Amino acid sequence: MRRVQAEIKKVQERLKEAAWEAREKPGRYGDDFDPAAFINVHSDRNESQSELSAKLQEVALLSGFDPKERQRSASYLQKDADVLYEKVAGLYDGQVEIMSIERALEKYDWLWDYWWKTVAVDADKFTAYTELYQKGGYFIRVLPGAKVELPIQSCLMMSEQEGSQRVHNIVIAEEGSSAEIISGCTTVPQVETGMHLGVTEFYIKKGAHLSFTMIHNWAENFYVRPRTGALLEEDASFINNYILLKPVKSLQSNPRAILKGRRSRARFNSIIHGRAGSVLDLGSVLELIGEETRGEAVSRAAADDQAQVLMRGKLLAASNSAQARLECKGMLLSEEARMQAIPELEVIKAPRADLNHEAAVGPISREAIEYLMTRGLTEEEATSLIIQGFMKVGITGLPGILEKMVDEMAKSISKGGL
Amino acid sequence: MLTVEKLSVKAGGQLILDEVSLTIPAGETHILMGPNGSGKSTLLRAIMGLGDLEVVSGRIIFQDRDVTKLPIDERARLGIGLAMQHSPVLPEVTLEGLAQVLGDRYGNDWRPLATALNCDYLLERGLNDRFSGGESKRAELFQLLIQRPQLLLVDEPESGVDLVNIAVVGKALHQLLKQGKIKDREHSGLIITHTGHILDYLNADQGYVMINGKLVCEGNPRDLFEEISKHGFEGCVACAECKRR
Repeated sequence: MRRVQAEIKKVQERLKEAAWEAREKPGRYGDDFDPAAFINVHSDRNESQSELSAKLQEVALLSGFDPKERQRSASYLQKDADVLYEKVAGLYDGQVEIMSIERALEKYDWLWDYWWKTVAVDADKFTAYTELYQKGGYFIRVLPGAKVELPIQSCLMMSEQEGSQRVHNIVIAEEGSSAEIISGCTTVPQVETGMHLGVTEFYIKKGAHLSFTMIHNWAENFYVRPRTGALLEEDASFINNYILLKPVKSLQSNPRAILKGRRSRARFNSIIHGRAGSVLDLGSVLELIGEETRGEAVSRAAADDQAQVLMRGKLLAASNSAQARLECKGMLLSEEARMQAIPELEVIKAPRADLNHEAAVGPISREAIEYLMTRGLTEEEATSLIIQGFMKVGITGLPGILEKMVDEMAKSISKGGL
Repeated sequence: MLTVEKLSVKAGGQLILDEVSLTIPAGETHILMGPNGSGKSTLLRAIMGLGDLEVVSGRIIFQDRDVTKLPIDERARLGIGLAMQHSPVLPEVTLEGLAQVLGDRYGNDWRPLATALNCDYLLERGLNDRFSGGESKRAELFQLLIQRPQLLLVDEPESGVDLVNIAVVGKALHQLLKQGKIKDREHSGLIITHTGHILDYLNADQGYVMINGKLVCEGNPRDLFEEISKHGFEGCVACAECKRR
């Protein structure tokens, strides 16, 4: 049933209006900056390009995107504002849909019912700018009952100096489906500065399972403000992995999962390596609304160089049978780095809800390094082995390729010495 | 194999070892006894080169090489191995993770060793993370069996170990010191013991008694142990002829 175009137009106008009103509203967390400095609509090229150069393929690989699409069920790649891939592997036709959000909104009227429903358009100037200047983003839909064994991949790549990306993604896992998505955000090596605003909304229907891994690979002068919301129905489960291993100028993100359906479950895993002068404010929010909901948020952060890392975490329970756990652990690797952990627990009219948290921040123990050295490991090797383990311990459900990336990261950290 | 020459060591600004000298020839196992706080562990840690100690004077010669100023890992690669009394907890590093690294480095197949030391069920756990006394010792010796040091330093192998496990520990030490045949014996050991139980599993060649950071007595380890069992360490202090038995 097609909706009246006028009705959609009204919704759009209302959203634009709310966004315009919020265009100067600072973010609740994180340092402030002016997104207008990166908006130059004339630079949003729309060249038709059918494939990536060999060099860009390498860049994509670093963020977990395989341009050869080996062992992948579906792929989406957007370079700046241009969509270069939107393909479903033959075997998965009829199980997964993947396309640019513009195309999806044209194809499905009902998609407007999912537009800005888990993230408020007027939350801050970054959501507002995404609405006002949005170009692209992906639409991924796992069809009812489909069990997609091979990962779906997406990559948002930036190749313009001082450019920006403003994307709005929607992911729907229909009833009884299951899938894994690996999503990389990356820049080509010459690009030093830019801004990325990305709104991602997840809808995980009854009995569906979705694992989503986001790998961030920015440059030293990048400003990044992802805005993420997930809504879980009955018996739905959601794993959200976040990996940041490269320096960035300023990054603030606090994804929220709303566990509305009975017995729904969500888990946030974050592995963060703060490097150079990165200013990071990262957290997650689990809202346990439904009965027997379960949540877990586990983060591991290492702060190097002059990085400032703030780890947040919030558990909110509104059901007596809700249980959730928060664990932030931080390791300081340099004298000049700063780290802060702010865990927050809130219970609303649910006196029997069970929430707990554990937070720890400290250096690598000298005693531990020396212990490994007595076995013949050099100081570098010992440090690397400890960091490697620290980043992964307690983190479950991490796809294999990421384990490798984390191991490589640990090696690169310890090469600098402590 | 090892010569310690007039070694004086400070920890936290305080003199702990006072001109300690000893020599352990290749293939010999020596036993170190002494009351709590006498400096026994410090001597082993100083030979290994651990960072919380300051060598004030003296030298440590290992296989004709002065290692007094070498970093820990270089000493380990030259062939010195240490099993501490209280090992630090490393929740980040699993026993299996370390075994793999050591297996690759020293070219040893670690799997059968894990089974022999009854360590299989500990492999996925963080090092010494909530290990019992016995588990901790077995895990340490398992690592040393992969490392195969020429000189083995062991701090109280029997502490916190029950009678069943002491046999496992004793057997591992025997294997590490290659004490099978006299003519093959080229691995040396310096072992601290409080209870003397471990003497049932080892062919110990020489014993020392350390009191207040000094070696006050040396001789046949079994005789020394018998004396100490009878008269306590006070007997050693009092014993005037004790210097050279």
